[in-house]
Amino acid sequence: MKKIFGLIIIVLFAYVFLSFLLVVPFGRKPGHVANYYLDTEPEKLGGKNVVTSVVLIYRGLDTLGEVTVLFLAALGVSALLTGMKRDRKKIRKPSLIVSAGTRYLFPMIVLFGSYIFVHGHLTPGGGFPGGVVIATAFLLGYVALEGIGENIKMFHITEGTAGLLYVITGILGIALAGTFLENFLPLGRFGSVFSAGIMPVLYVFIGLKVGTEMAGLLHSMKGGEHG
Amino acid sequence: MISSLILLITAILGLFMIFVSFFIFFTKDLLQAILGLTLIGLVASVYYLVLQAPDVAITEASIGAGLTTAIFIYTIRRTGRMSK
Repeated sequence: MKKIFGLIIIVLFAYVFLSFLLVVPFGRKPGHVANYYLDTEPEKLGGKNVVTSVVLIYRGLDTLGEVTVLFLAALGVSALLTGMKRDRKKIRKPSLIVSAGTRYLFPMIVLFGSYIFVHGHLTPGGGFPGGVVIATAFLLGYVALEGIGENIKMFHITEGTAGLLYVITGILGIALAGTFLENFLPLGRFGSVFSAGIMPVLYVFIGLKVGTEMAGLLHSMKGGEHG
Repeated sequence: MISSLILLITAILGLFMIFVSFFIFFTKDLLQAILGLTLIGLVASVYYLVLQAPDVAITEASIGAGLTTAIFIYTIRRTGRMSK
């Protein structure tokens, strides 16, 4: 019965997606708004990655909403799980090879995640993927190492500070440039790390916030201890 | 545009995705179903890379193949492995 119900849902989804795909042409020329962004963006905002400037400057308020949704989801998970009895089931000790390999991989993955969000205005990626990559490093640490990422209070402090600084940057935009989340820093040399005004600053905040949030979520999900 | 070798590889990967999704649909073991979901996420990130959306590919590889798997596995450790 359950399987038949699932099959019906899948067929409905396939019908909807196929009918859209047949109508919308693939890989056509960008439309009116997209052309405007592509033409005027580099000299106006100075970001090499046009997607980033759309996400952070033209639609900065939406990104703030996205961060808020993620925060509420993490809050909901921890509110659900703190009421539950924390299981003290012993987990098998990780093997020597896994923990020794993780000890070398962990800093490299964190560095890679930081690279992604620091270079968000130049290369593909940005705050959200970079933060999640950092969280996967902590996931590996929870599986293979003992006592890494256990200081959950520090995560919460970092997360709250980063979110607050995001909003403060937006309010500084009101004070110095006129509108919320408007660019007020100099654009710098096109294509270098310290360029594009407030974009890298905002992405550092988003990256730190998402990374610590996801790592905290994994910590509250995992339960159990190494024995 | 896209060379024929890449076209062939993506076609094979697409058939693989369909096969894995049918396997997920009919298996009773939830752990195997989760691992199948991870495989689909990995292949989907290759697809995004071929379609020239590298930022979406990074996100799909880290969320779809990394975090989702971990959260589901932690969940079935709290509930149960077999579907009824």
